[in-house]
Amino acid sequence: MKRTIPLAIVLIMGITMMVQFFVPHPVSVGFYDLTTKWIRIVGAFALVLGTGSFIMFHSDKVRRRRQGWYYSIVSLIALVVTAVIGLGWGIRPGSILQNVIYASVLVPLNATMFAILAFYMASAAYRAFRARTREAALLLVAAFVVMLGMVPVGAAIWGKLPELAEWVLSVPNMAAKRAIIFGVALGGIATSLKVILGIERGWLGGGKQ
Amino acid sequence: MIALLILLLAAGQVAPLDSGVPALAPPPAPPGAVRAFDTPNDAGKSINVRWSAADKLAETWLVERTEPDSVKVIASNKPGEMSYLDEDVRDGIPYAYRVAAVTAADTVWSEPSPAVTSSPQFFNLSRINILIAMAIFFVLVIYYIETAKKGKNLFVRRIAGLDAVEEAVGRATEMGKPIVYVPGLGSVADIATIASLNILGEVAKKTAQYDSALLVPNRDPIVYTVAREIVKESYTKAGRPDAFKPDSVFFVTSEQFAFAAAVDGLMVREKPATNFFLGMFWAESLVLAETGAQTGAIQIAGTDSVFQLPFFITACDYTLIGEELYAASAYLSREPLLLGSLKGQDYGKMVILLTLVIGSALLLLSRLPALGFFSHVLGFFSTR
Repeated sequence: MKRTIPLAIVLIMGITMMVQFFVPHPVSVGFYDLTTKWIRIVGAFALVLGTGSFIMFHSDKVRRRRQGWYYSIVSLIALVVTAVIGLGWGIRPGSILQNVIYASVLVPLNATMFAILAFYMASAAYRAFRARTREAALLLVAAFVVMLGMVPVGAAIWGKLPELAEWVLSVPNMAAKRAIIFGVALGGIATSLKVILGIERGWLGGGKQ
Repeated sequence: MIALLILLLAAGQVAPLDSGVPALAPPPAPPGAVRAFDTPNDAGKSINVRWSAADKLAETWLVERTEPDSVKVIASNKPGEMSYLDEDVRDGIPYAYRVAAVTAADTVWSEPSPAVTSSPQFFNLSRINILIAMAIFFVLVIYYIETAKKGKNLFVRRIAGLDAVEEAVGRATEMGKPIVYVPGLGSVADIATIASLNILGEVAKKTAQYDSALLVPNRDPIVYTVAREIVKESYTKAGRPDAFKPDSVFFVTSEQFAFAAAVDGLMVREKPATNFFLGMFWAESLVLAETGAQTGAIQIAGTDSVFQLPFFITACDYTLIGEELYAASAYLSREPLLLGSLKGQDYGKMVILLTLVIGSALLLLSRLPALGFFSHVLGFFSTR
Protein backbone atom coordinates (compact mmCIF):
# COMPACT_ATOMS: atom_id res chain seq x y z
CA MET A 1 0.00 0.00 0.00
CA LYS A 2 2.85 2.32 0.94
CA ARG A 3 4.29 1.81 -2.56
CA THR A 4 1.16 1.15 -4.61
CA ILE A 5 -0.51 4.49 -3.85
CA PRO A 6 2.52 6.67 -4.75
CA LEU A 7 3.05 4.60 -7.93
CA ALA A 8 -0.61 5.05 -8.91
CA ILE A 9 -0.42 8.81 -8.24
CA VAL A 10 2.76 9.09 -10.37
CA LEU A 11 1.19 7.07 -13.20
CA ILE A 12 -2.03 9.11 -13.27
CA MET A 13 -0.33 12.51 -12.82
CA GLY A 14 2.47 11.67 -15.27
CA ILE A 15 0.06 10.76 -18.05
CA THR A 16 -2.20 13.72 -17.20
CA MET A 17 0.68 16.21 -17.39
CA MET A 18 1.83 14.66 -20.67
CA VAL A 19 -1.65 15.11 -22.15
CA GLN A 20 -1.81 18.64 -20.68
CA PHE A 21 1.19 19.67 -22.80
CA PHE A 22 -0.88 19.14 -25.97
CA VAL A 23 -4.12 20.71 -24.71
CA PRO A 24 -4.25 24.53 -24.79
CA HIS A 25 -7.78 24.72 -23.35
CA PRO A 26 -8.13 27.02 -20.26
CA VAL A 27 -9.16 24.03 -18.12
CA SER A 28 -5.87 22.32 -18.97
CA VAL A 29 -3.81 25.50 -18.39
CA GLY A 30 -5.62 26.11 -15.09
CA PHE A 31 -4.87 22.56 -13.98
CA TYR A 32 -1.17 23.05 -14.79
CA ASP A 33 -1.10 26.28 -12.72
CA LEU A 34 -2.83 24.49 -9.84
CA THR A 35 -0.29 21.64 -9.79
CA THR A 36 2.66 24.06 -9.75
CA LYS A 37 1.08 25.67 -6.66
CA TRP A 38 0.75 22.22 -5.07
CA ILE A 39 4.46 21.59 -5.66
CA ARG A 40 5.31 24.82 -3.80
CA ILE A 41 3.07 23.86 -0.88
CA VAL A 42 4.59 20.35 -0.65
CA GLY A 43 8.04 21.99 -0.73
CA ALA A 44 7.09 24.21 2.21
CA PHE A 45 6.11 21.15 4.26
CA ALA A 46 9.36 19.41 3.33
CA LEU A 47 11.29 22.43 4.64
CA VAL A 48 10.02 21.54 8.13
CA LEU A 49 11.66 18.10 7.74
CA GLY A 50 14.84 19.77 6.51
CA THR A 51 14.92 22.12 9.49
CA GLY A 52 14.41 19.16 11.81
CA SER A 53 17.36 17.36 10.22
CA PHE A 54 19.49 20.52 10.49
CA ILE A 55 18.78 20.92 14.24
CA MET A 56 19.28 17.19 14.97
CA PHE A 57 22.55 17.01 13.02
CA HIS A 58 24.16 20.08 14.60
CA SER A 59 22.89 19.55 18.16
CA ASP A 60 24.22 15.96 18.02
CA LYS A 61 27.58 17.29 16.82
CA VAL A 62 27.74 19.76 19.72
CA ARG A 63 26.66 17.12 22.24
CA ARG A 64 29.32 14.64 21.10
CA ARG A 65 31.97 17.37 20.73
CA ARG A 66 32.84 16.18 17.20
CA GLN A 67 35.46 17.94 15.10
CA GLY A 68 34.32 21.49 14.30
CA TRP A 69 31.47 21.36 16.86
CA TYR A 70 31.79 25.10 17.56
CA TYR A 71 30.75 25.84 13.96
CA SER A 72 27.57 23.93 14.70
CA ILE A 73 26.85 26.34 17.59
CA VAL A 74 27.21 29.25 15.14
CA SER A 75 24.86 27.50 12.70
CA LEU A 76 22.21 26.89 15.35
CA ILE A 77 22.44 30.47 16.67
CA ALA A 78 22.15 31.80 13.10
CA LEU A 79 19.05 29.66 12.52
CA VAL A 80 17.35 30.91 15.71
CA VAL A 81 18.32 34.59 15.20
CA THR A 82 17.16 34.60 11.55
CA ALA A 83 13.87 32.91 12.44
CA VAL A 84 13.19 35.30 15.36
CA ILE A 85 13.98 38.42 13.26
CA GLY A 86 11.93 37.12 10.33
CA LEU A 87 8.91 36.21 12.44
CA GLY A 88 9.14 39.28 14.70
CA TRP A 89 10.01 42.07 12.25
CA GLY A 90 8.77 40.67 8.94
CA ILE A 91 10.54 39.89 5.67
CA ARG A 92 9.48 42.87 3.55
CA PRO A 93 12.07 44.96 1.65
CA GLY A 94 13.58 47.40 4.14
CA SER A 95 13.13 45.05 7.11
CA ILE A 96 16.03 44.04 9.37
CA LEU A 97 16.09 40.61 7.72
CA GLN A 98 16.42 42.19 4.28
CA ASN A 99 18.86 44.98 5.19
CA VAL A 100 21.06 43.29 7.77
CA ILE A 101 20.91 39.51 7.41
CA TYR A 102 20.43 39.34 3.64
CA ALA A 103 22.18 42.42 2.22
CA SER A 104 24.98 42.74 4.78
CA VAL A 105 25.68 39.10 5.65
CA LEU A 106 24.37 36.61 3.10
CA VAL A 107 25.15 38.51 -0.11
CA PRO A 108 28.82 39.26 0.81
CA LEU A 109 29.33 35.65 1.98
CA ASN A 110 27.88 34.31 -1.28
CA ALA A 111 30.05 36.75 -3.24
CA THR A 112 33.12 35.52 -1.32
CA MET A 113 32.40 31.90 -2.17
CA PHE A 114 31.79 32.83 -5.80
CA ALA A 115 35.06 34.79 -5.89
CA ILE A 116 36.98 31.74 -4.62
CA LEU A 117 35.90 30.07 -7.86
CA ALA A 118 38.49 32.14 -9.73
CA PHE A 119 41.33 30.59 -7.70
CA TYR A 120 39.89 27.09 -8.15
CA MET A 121 39.72 27.71 -11.89
CA ALA A 122 43.40 28.62 -11.93
CA SER A 123 44.44 25.48 -10.01
CA ALA A 124 42.14 23.24 -12.08
CA ALA A 125 43.42 24.77 -15.33
CA TYR A 126 47.02 24.11 -14.26
CA ARG A 127 46.20 20.44 -13.77
CA ALA A 128 44.12 20.11 -16.94
CA PHE A 129 46.59 21.81 -19.22
CA ARG A 130 49.49 19.49 -18.54
CA ALA A 131 49.58 17.84 -21.96
CA ARG A 132 50.11 14.24 -20.87
CA THR A 133 47.69 12.71 -23.35
CA ARG A 134 46.56 13.59 -26.88
CA GLU A 135 43.17 14.75 -25.57
CA ALA A 136 44.80 16.97 -22.94
CA ALA A 137 47.11 18.44 -25.60
CA LEU A 138 44.09 19.16 -27.82
CA LEU A 139 42.32 20.79 -24.86
CA LEU A 140 45.40 22.88 -24.15
CA VAL A 141 45.68 24.12 -27.76
CA ALA A 142 41.93 24.84 -28.03
CA ALA A 143 41.89 26.69 -24.70
CA PHE A 144 44.99 28.68 -25.68
CA VAL A 145 43.38 29.75 -28.98
CA VAL A 146 40.04 30.66 -27.36
CA MET A 147 41.60 32.59 -24.45
CA LEU A 148 43.98 34.53 -26.70
CA GLY A 149 41.24 35.18 -29.25
CA MET A 150 39.02 36.75 -26.60
CA VAL A 151 41.54 39.40 -25.50
CA PRO A 152 42.92 42.38 -27.51
CA VAL A 153 46.46 41.03 -27.47
CA GLY A 154 45.28 38.00 -29.49
CA ALA A 155 44.16 40.21 -32.38
CA ALA A 156 47.45 42.10 -32.12
CA ILE A 157 49.42 38.83 -32.53
CA TRP A 158 47.35 37.66 -35.50
CA GLY A 159 44.29 39.40 -36.93
CA LYS A 160 42.45 36.13 -37.65
CA LEU A 161 42.81 34.77 -34.09
CA PRO A 162 39.48 36.20 -32.77
CA GLU A 163 37.71 34.61 -35.77
CA LEU A 164 39.41 31.28 -35.11
CA ALA A 165 38.42 31.44 -31.43
CA GLU A 166 34.83 32.18 -32.44
CA TRP A 167 34.91 29.22 -34.86
CA VAL A 168 36.20 26.86 -32.14
CA LEU A 169 33.33 27.93 -29.88
CA SER A 170 30.55 27.93 -32.45
CA VAL A 171 31.45 24.82 -34.52
CA PRO A 172 33.34 21.96 -32.78
CA ASN A 173 32.31 23.07 -29.28
CA MET A 174 28.66 23.54 -30.28
CA ALA A 175 28.61 20.17 -32.09
CA ALA A 176 29.83 18.37 -28.95
CA LYS A 177 27.36 20.30 -26.78
CA ARG A 178 24.45 19.36 -29.05
CA ALA A 179 25.45 15.71 -29.00
CA ILE A 180 25.35 15.78 -25.19
CA ILE A 181 22.05 17.68 -25.16
CA PHE A 182 20.40 15.12 -27.50
CA GLY A 183 21.46 12.32 -25.19
CA VAL A 184 20.31 14.25 -22.12
CA ALA A 185 16.91 14.98 -23.68
CA LEU A 186 16.30 11.35 -24.67
CA GLY A 187 17.67 10.09 -21.37
CA GLY A 188 15.35 12.49 -19.55
CA ILE A 189 12.32 11.27 -21.48
CA ALA A 190 13.29 7.62 -20.95
CA THR A 191 13.85 8.17 -17.22
CA SER A 192 10.51 9.98 -16.93
CA LEU A 193 8.81 7.13 -18.77
CA LYS A 194 10.44 4.56 -16.46
CA VAL A 195 9.32 6.52 -13.38
CA ILE A 196 5.77 6.94 -14.74
CA LEU A 197 5.48 3.24 -15.63
CA GLY A 198 6.93 2.23 -12.27
CA ILE A 199 10.01 0.51 -13.77
CA GLU A 200 12.37 2.89 -11.96
CA ARG A 201 11.36 2.88 -8.29
CA GLY A 202 14.47 4.14 -6.53
CA TRP A 203 12.76 7.43 -5.69
CA LEU A 204 10.23 5.57 -3.53
CA GLY A 205 12.87 4.93 -0.88
CA GLY A 206 12.07 2.31 1.70
CA GLY A 207 8.89 0.92 3.14
CA LYS A 208 6.84 -2.24 2.76
CA GLN A 209 4.45 -2.98 -0.08
CA MET B 1 -7.89 101.96 -73.73
CA ILE B 2 -9.42 102.05 -70.23
CA ALA B 3 -11.07 98.74 -70.93
CA LEU B 4 -7.71 97.28 -71.95
CA LEU B 5 -6.14 98.62 -68.71
CA ILE B 6 -8.90 97.04 -66.63
CA LEU B 7 -8.37 93.73 -68.43
CA LEU B 8 -4.62 93.85 -67.74
CA LEU B 9 -5.20 94.64 -64.04
CA ALA B 10 -7.72 91.82 -63.83
CA ALA B 11 -5.22 89.52 -65.48
CA GLY B 12 -2.72 90.53 -62.74
CA GLN B 13 -5.20 89.23 -60.15
CA VAL B 14 -5.28 85.82 -61.79
CA ALA B 15 -2.71 83.49 -60.48
CA PRO B 16 -0.31 82.18 -63.04
CA LEU B 17 -0.44 78.45 -63.78
CA ASP B 18 2.96 77.75 -62.19
CA SER B 19 2.45 79.65 -58.92
CA GLY B 20 4.34 77.24 -56.52
CA VAL B 21 1.23 75.99 -54.65
CA PRO B 22 1.57 72.17 -54.27
CA ALA B 23 -0.88 69.89 -55.99
CA LEU B 24 -2.96 67.64 -53.60
CA ALA B 25 -1.40 64.12 -52.90
CA PRO B 26 -3.53 61.21 -54.09
CA PRO B 27 -5.38 59.38 -51.27
CA PRO B 28 -4.07 55.90 -50.31
CA ALA B 29 -5.85 52.83 -51.63
CA PRO B 30 -8.02 51.08 -49.02
CA PRO B 31 -6.39 48.08 -47.33
CA GLY B 32 -7.24 44.90 -49.18
CA ALA B 33 -8.33 41.47 -48.04
CA VAL B 34 -8.93 42.13 -44.33
CA ARG B 35 -9.04 38.67 -42.77
CA ALA B 36 -10.03 38.00 -39.16
CA PHE B 37 -9.75 34.50 -37.74
CA ASP B 38 -9.70 32.75 -34.37
CA THR B 39 -6.08 32.30 -33.22
CA PRO B 40 -5.27 28.61 -33.75
CA ASN B 41 -3.95 26.27 -31.02
CA ASP B 42 -4.64 28.62 -28.14
CA ALA B 43 -6.70 28.90 -24.96
CA GLY B 44 -9.27 31.21 -26.62
CA LYS B 45 -9.87 34.95 -26.00
CA SER B 46 -7.79 35.91 -29.03
CA ILE B 47 -8.46 36.84 -32.70
CA ASN B 48 -5.88 37.42 -35.45
CA VAL B 49 -6.47 40.26 -37.94
CA ARG B 50 -4.42 40.41 -41.16
CA TRP B 51 -4.60 42.63 -44.23
CA SER B 52 -2.63 43.58 -47.33
CA ALA B 53 -1.54 46.97 -48.67
CA ALA B 54 -2.57 48.00 -52.19
CA ASP B 55 0.10 50.73 -52.24
CA LYS B 56 2.84 52.14 -50.02
CA LEU B 57 1.19 55.45 -49.17
CA ALA B 58 -0.20 54.57 -45.72
CA GLU B 59 1.67 56.20 -42.83
CA THR B 60 -0.39 54.41 -40.19
CA TRP B 61 -2.94 51.59 -40.09
CA LEU B 62 -5.96 51.89 -37.82
CA VAL B 63 -7.78 48.74 -36.71
CA GLU B 64 -11.44 49.10 -35.80
CA ARG B 65 -13.49 46.43 -34.05
CA THR B 66 -17.26 46.13 -34.32
CA GLU B 67 -18.92 44.35 -31.40
CA PRO B 68 -22.63 43.61 -31.03
CA ASP B 69 -23.09 46.79 -28.97
CA SER B 70 -20.19 49.10 -29.88
CA VAL B 71 -17.60 50.14 -32.46
CA LYS B 72 -14.10 51.30 -31.49
CA VAL B 73 -10.61 51.76 -32.85
CA ILE B 74 -8.43 49.25 -30.99
CA ALA B 75 -4.99 49.63 -32.56
CA SER B 76 -2.70 51.90 -34.54
CA ASN B 77 0.05 50.07 -36.44
CA LYS B 78 3.22 51.27 -38.16
CA PRO B 79 3.33 51.05 -42.00
CA GLY B 80 5.16 47.69 -42.06
CA GLU B 81 2.91 45.99 -39.49
CA MET B 82 0.01 44.46 -41.37
CA SER B 83 -1.36 42.17 -38.69
CA TYR B 84 -2.85 42.59 -35.23
CA LEU B 85 -3.48 40.10 -32.43
CA ASP B 86 -6.61 41.14 -30.54
CA GLU B 87 -6.38 39.60 -27.08
CA ASP B 88 -9.15 41.71 -25.58
CA VAL B 89 -12.07 39.58 -26.80
CA ARG B 90 -14.56 37.24 -25.18
CA ASP B 91 -15.13 33.72 -26.45
CA GLY B 92 -18.33 33.12 -28.43
CA ILE B 93 -19.02 36.82 -29.22
CA PRO B 94 -18.99 37.76 -32.95
CA TYR B 95 -16.53 40.51 -33.89
CA ALA B 96 -15.96 42.22 -37.27
CA TYR B 97 -12.89 44.28 -38.16
CA ARG B 98 -12.11 47.17 -40.50
CA VAL B 99 -8.67 48.58 -41.25
CA ALA B 100 -7.91 52.15 -42.40
CA ALA B 101 -4.92 53.37 -44.38
CA VAL B 102 -4.07 56.77 -42.89
CA THR B 103 -2.05 59.63 -44.43
CA ALA B 104 -1.76 63.25 -43.30
CA ALA B 105 -4.71 64.21 -45.48
CA ASP B 106 -6.85 61.08 -45.75
CA THR B 107 -8.20 58.10 -43.85
CA VAL B 108 -9.46 55.37 -46.16
CA TRP B 109 -11.34 52.44 -44.62
CA SER B 110 -11.49 48.89 -45.93
CA GLU B 111 -14.57 46.74 -46.23
CA PRO B 112 -15.38 45.06 -42.88
CA SER B 113 -14.28 41.47 -42.45
CA PRO B 114 -16.87 38.73 -41.94
CA ALA B 115 -17.81 38.33 -38.25
CA VAL B 116 -15.61 35.90 -36.33
CA THR B 117 -15.77 34.35 -32.85
CA SER B 118 -12.88 33.12 -30.69
CA SER B 119 -12.86 29.76 -28.93
CA PRO B 120 -10.37 27.62 -26.98
CA GLN B 121 -8.91 24.55 -28.70
CA PHE B 122 -8.62 21.07 -27.27
CA PHE B 123 -5.48 20.06 -29.17
CA ASN B 124 -2.43 22.09 -30.13
CA LEU B 125 -1.88 21.03 -33.75
CA SER B 126 1.46 22.86 -33.93
CA ARG B 127 2.83 20.28 -31.46
CA ILE B 128 1.80 17.23 -33.47
CA ASN B 129 5.44 16.70 -34.52
CA ILE B 130 6.42 16.39 -30.85
CA LEU B 131 3.59 13.92 -30.30
CA ILE B 132 4.78 11.77 -33.23
CA ALA B 133 8.40 11.91 -32.01
CA MET B 134 7.30 10.97 -28.49
CA ALA B 135 5.17 8.10 -29.78
CA ILE B 136 8.10 6.71 -31.83
CA PHE B 137 10.42 6.98 -28.84
CA PHE B 138 7.94 5.43 -26.42
CA VAL B 139 7.36 2.51 -28.80
CA LEU B 140 11.15 1.97 -29.07
CA VAL B 141 11.67 2.05 -25.29
CA ILE B 142 8.71 -0.20 -24.52
CA TYR B 143 9.70 -2.63 -27.31
CA TYR B 144 13.20 -3.07 -25.86
CA ILE B 145 11.85 -3.36 -22.31
CA GLU B 146 9.62 -6.21 -23.54
CA THR B 147 12.62 -7.75 -25.35
CA ALA B 148 14.59 -7.60 -22.10
CA LYS B 149 11.69 -9.19 -20.22
CA LYS B 150 11.89 -12.18 -22.60
CA GLY B 151 15.44 -12.72 -21.38
CA LYS B 152 17.35 -11.53 -24.46
CA ASN B 153 20.90 -10.47 -23.57
CA LEU B 154 21.35 -6.76 -24.31
CA PHE B 155 24.82 -5.35 -24.83
CA VAL B 156 25.65 -2.09 -23.03
CA ARG B 157 28.97 -0.36 -23.67
CA ARG B 158 31.46 -0.01 -20.82
CA ILE B 159 31.22 3.15 -18.71
CA ALA B 160 34.53 3.66 -16.90
CA GLY B 161 33.09 5.92 -14.23
CA LEU B 162 30.57 3.29 -13.17
CA ASP B 163 33.07 0.45 -13.28
CA ALA B 164 35.10 2.47 -10.79
CA VAL B 165 32.28 2.61 -8.19
CA GLU B 166 33.18 -0.77 -6.69
CA GLU B 167 36.86 0.15 -6.55
CA ALA B 168 36.08 3.55 -5.01
CA VAL B 169 33.94 2.03 -2.24
CA GLY B 170 36.56 -0.66 -1.59
CA ARG B 171 39.25 1.98 -1.31
CA ALA B 172 37.25 3.81 1.36
CA THR B 173 36.95 0.57 3.34
CA GLU B 174 40.68 -0.10 3.12
CA MET B 175 41.54 3.42 4.21
CA GLY B 176 38.91 3.47 6.96
CA LYS B 177 37.62 6.79 5.64
CA PRO B 178 34.08 7.84 4.72
CA ILE B 179 32.44 8.29 1.32
CA VAL B 180 30.78 11.62 0.55
CA TYR B 181 27.83 11.42 -1.82
CA VAL B 182 26.34 14.73 -3.03
CA PRO B 183 23.07 14.14 -4.93
CA GLY B 184 23.33 17.52 -6.67
CA LEU B 185 21.65 20.78 -5.80
CA GLY B 186 18.52 20.26 -7.87
CA SER B 187 15.02 19.49 -6.69
CA VAL B 188 13.40 16.07 -6.80
CA ALA B 189 11.59 17.20 -9.97
CA ASP B 190 14.90 17.27 -11.89
CA ILE B 191 15.64 14.14 -13.91
CA ALA B 192 19.32 14.35 -12.94
CA THR B 193 18.36 14.25 -9.26
CA ILE B 194 16.11 11.22 -9.80
CA ALA B 195 18.98 9.49 -11.65
CA SER B 196 21.37 10.42 -8.84
CA LEU B 197 19.02 9.01 -6.19
CA ASN B 198 18.84 5.74 -8.14
CA ILE B 199 22.66 5.54 -8.15
CA LEU B 200 22.70 6.41 -4.43
CA GLY B 201 20.68 3.25 -3.79
CA GLU B 202 23.31 1.11 -5.53
CA VAL B 203 26.23 2.91 -3.83
CA ALA B 204 24.56 2.57 -0.41
CA LYS B 205 24.16 -1.19 -0.97
CA LYS B 206 27.89 -1.43 -1.64
CA THR B 207 28.82 0.69 1.39
CA ALA B 208 26.60 -1.56 3.51
CA GLN B 209 28.34 -4.68 2.14
CA TYR B 210 31.82 -3.21 2.61
CA ASP B 211 30.91 -1.60 5.95
CA SER B 212 32.11 1.84 4.85
CA ALA B 213 30.84 5.11 6.31
CA LEU B 214 28.56 7.08 3.97
CA LEU B 215 27.82 10.83 4.28
CA VAL B 216 25.04 12.35 2.17
CA PRO B 217 24.68 16.14 2.54
CA ASN B 218 21.54 17.58 0.91
CA ARG B 219 20.49 20.97 -0.34
CA ASP B 220 16.82 20.23 -0.99
CA PRO B 221 14.58 19.13 1.90
CA ILE B 222 12.48 16.81 -0.29
CA VAL B 223 15.61 15.23 -1.79
CA TYR B 224 16.92 14.81 1.78
CA THR B 225 13.78 12.92 2.81
CA VAL B 226 13.91 10.63 -0.24
CA ALA B 227 17.70 10.08 0.02
CA ARG B 228 17.38 9.09 3.67
CA GLU B 229 14.73 6.48 2.87
CA ILE B 230 16.75 5.16 -0.08
CA VAL B 231 19.91 4.69 2.00
CA LYS B 232 17.93 3.06 4.81
CA GLU B 233 16.26 0.68 2.34
CA SER B 234 19.60 -0.20 0.69
CA TYR B 235 21.13 -1.10 4.04
CA THR B 236 18.12 -3.30 4.77
CA LYS B 237 18.37 -4.99 1.34
CA ALA B 238 22.08 -5.63 1.94
CA GLY B 239 21.16 -7.37 5.21
CA ARG B 240 22.76 -4.65 7.35
CA PRO B 241 19.86 -2.56 8.74
CA ASP B 242 21.82 -2.15 12.00
CA ALA B 243 24.68 -0.43 10.13
CA PHE B 244 22.45 2.43 8.91
CA LYS B 245 23.15 5.67 10.79
CA PRO B 246 20.20 8.09 10.58
CA ASP B 247 22.50 11.12 10.77
CA SER B 248 24.58 9.97 7.77
CA VAL B 249 21.99 11.56 5.46
CA PHE B 250 21.36 15.15 6.47
CA PHE B 251 19.99 18.48 5.27
CA VAL B 252 22.55 21.28 5.15
CA THR B 253 20.96 24.43 3.68
CA SER B 254 19.08 25.48 0.57
CA GLU B 255 21.56 28.34 -0.07
CA GLN B 256 23.77 27.40 -3.01
CA PHE B 257 27.13 28.74 -1.82
CA ALA B 258 26.46 28.08 1.85
CA PHE B 259 25.91 24.45 0.83
CA ALA B 260 29.16 24.46 -1.16
CA ALA B 261 31.03 25.92 1.84
CA ALA B 262 29.54 23.32 4.19
CA VAL B 263 30.47 20.39 1.91
CA ASP B 264 33.96 21.86 1.42
CA GLY B 265 34.34 22.01 5.20
CA LEU B 266 33.11 18.44 5.52
CA MET B 267 35.65 17.22 2.94
CA VAL B 268 38.53 19.13 4.53
CA ARG B 269 37.68 17.83 8.05
CA GLU B 270 36.74 14.23 7.24
CA LYS B 271 39.25 13.68 4.40
CA PRO B 272 36.94 11.20 2.61
CA ALA B 273 38.45 8.47 0.46
CA THR B 274 35.80 8.86 -2.24
CA ASN B 275 33.53 11.67 -3.37
CA PHE B 276 30.49 11.27 -5.58
CA PHE B 277 29.07 14.42 -7.20
CA LEU B 278 26.09 13.20 -9.18
CA GLY B 279 23.06 15.27 -10.19
CA MET B 280 22.32 18.90 -10.96
CA PHE B 281 25.13 21.36 -10.34
CA TRP B 282 25.67 25.01 -11.07
CA ALA B 283 28.62 27.36 -10.41
CA GLU B 284 29.59 25.50 -7.23
CA SER B 285 30.64 22.39 -9.20
CA LEU B 286 34.31 23.38 -9.38
CA VAL B 287 34.34 24.66 -5.77
CA LEU B 288 33.30 21.17 -4.64
CA ALA B 289 35.35 19.12 -7.12
CA GLU B 290 38.58 21.09 -6.71
CA THR B 291 38.39 20.96 -2.90
CA GLY B 292 37.78 17.23 -3.12
CA ALA B 293 40.76 16.82 -5.46
CA GLN B 294 42.98 18.73 -3.05
CA THR B 295 42.01 16.37 -0.19
CA GLY B 296 43.23 13.44 -2.30
CA ALA B 297 39.89 11.64 -2.71
CA ILE B 298 38.92 9.53 -5.71
CA GLN B 299 36.13 11.50 -7.36
CA ILE B 300 33.29 10.28 -9.53
CA ALA B 301 31.10 13.05 -10.92
CA GLY B 302 28.20 13.23 -13.31
CA THR B 303 25.78 15.87 -14.50
CA ASP B 304 23.56 16.73 -17.44
CA SER B 305 24.60 20.38 -17.37
CA VAL B 306 26.89 20.98 -20.37
CA PHE B 307 28.24 24.09 -18.64
CA GLN B 308 29.51 22.19 -15.58
CA LEU B 309 30.86 19.10 -17.36
CA PRO B 310 34.23 20.71 -18.25
CA PHE B 311 34.83 21.53 -14.57
CA PHE B 312 34.09 17.98 -13.49
CA ILE B 313 36.19 16.47 -16.29
CA THR B 314 39.08 18.69 -15.21
CA ALA B 315 38.87 18.13 -11.45
CA CYS B 316 37.49 14.57 -11.11
CA ASP B 317 38.90 11.12 -11.87
CA TYR B 318 35.76 9.90 -13.64
CA THR B 319 32.89 11.88 -15.11
CA LEU B 320 29.53 10.59 -16.28
CA ILE B 321 28.62 12.76 -19.25
CA GLY B 322 24.95 13.64 -19.68
CA GLU B 323 22.90 10.54 -20.36
CA GLU B 324 25.53 8.25 -18.77
CA LEU B 325 24.18 9.59 -15.48
CA TYR B 326 20.70 8.35 -16.41
CA ALA B 327 22.11 5.02 -17.57
CA ALA B 328 23.96 4.46 -14.31
CA SER B 329 21.21 2.75 -12.32
CA ALA B 330 20.63 0.27 -15.17
CA TYR B 331 24.37 -0.29 -15.55
CA LEU B 332 24.96 -0.89 -11.85
CA SER B 333 21.87 -2.96 -11.11
CA ARG B 334 21.90 -4.87 -14.47
CA GLU B 335 18.13 -5.13 -14.23
CA PRO B 336 16.81 -6.26 -17.64
CA LEU B 337 13.91 -3.78 -17.59
CA LEU B 338 16.26 -0.84 -17.05
CA LEU B 339 18.75 -2.12 -19.63
CA GLY B 340 15.91 -2.43 -22.15
CA SER B 341 15.08 1.25 -21.82
CA LEU B 342 18.76 2.05 -22.44
CA LYS B 343 18.62 0.25 -25.78
CA GLY B 344 15.48 2.18 -26.63
CA GLN B 345 17.37 5.42 -25.95
CA ASP B 346 20.20 4.35 -28.25
CA TYR B 347 17.81 3.66 -31.12
CA GLY B 348 16.03 6.94 -30.37
CA LYS B 349 19.35 8.69 -30.91
CA MET B 350 19.72 6.86 -34.20
CA VAL B 351 16.31 8.19 -35.30
CA ILE B 352 17.40 11.74 -34.34
CA LEU B 353 20.65 11.32 -36.29
CA LEU B 354 18.72 10.13 -39.34
CA THR B 355 16.29 13.06 -39.01
CA LEU B 356 19.24 15.48 -38.83
CA VAL B 357 20.77 14.07 -42.02
CA ILE B 358 17.43 14.14 -43.89
CA GLY B 359 16.65 17.64 -42.57
CA SER B 360 20.05 18.97 -43.66
CA ALA B 361 19.57 17.47 -47.13
CA LEU B 362 16.09 18.98 -47.42
CA LEU B 363 17.40 22.36 -46.33
CA LEU B 364 20.03 22.24 -49.06
CA LEU B 365 17.47 21.13 -51.67
CA SER B 366 14.93 23.81 -50.65
CA ARG B 367 17.47 26.46 -51.62
CA LEU B 368 17.09 25.36 -55.27
CA PRO B 369 14.25 27.36 -56.89
CA ALA B 370 12.70 24.26 -58.44
CA LEU B 371 12.60 22.44 -55.08
CA GLY B 372 11.33 25.27 -52.87
CA PHE B 373 8.39 23.13 -51.71
CA PHE B 374 10.80 21.27 -49.39
CA SER B 375 10.70 24.31 -47.12
CA HIS B 376 7.09 23.32 -46.24
CA VAL B 377 8.32 19.85 -45.25
CA LEU B 378 10.97 21.48 -43.05
CA GLY B 379 8.29 23.63 -41.42
CA PHE B 380 6.84 20.44 -39.92
CA PHE B 381 9.97 20.05 -37.80
CA SER B 382 9.71 23.50 -36.20
CA THR B 383 8.01 23.79 -32.82
CA ARG B 384 6.00 26.48 -31.11
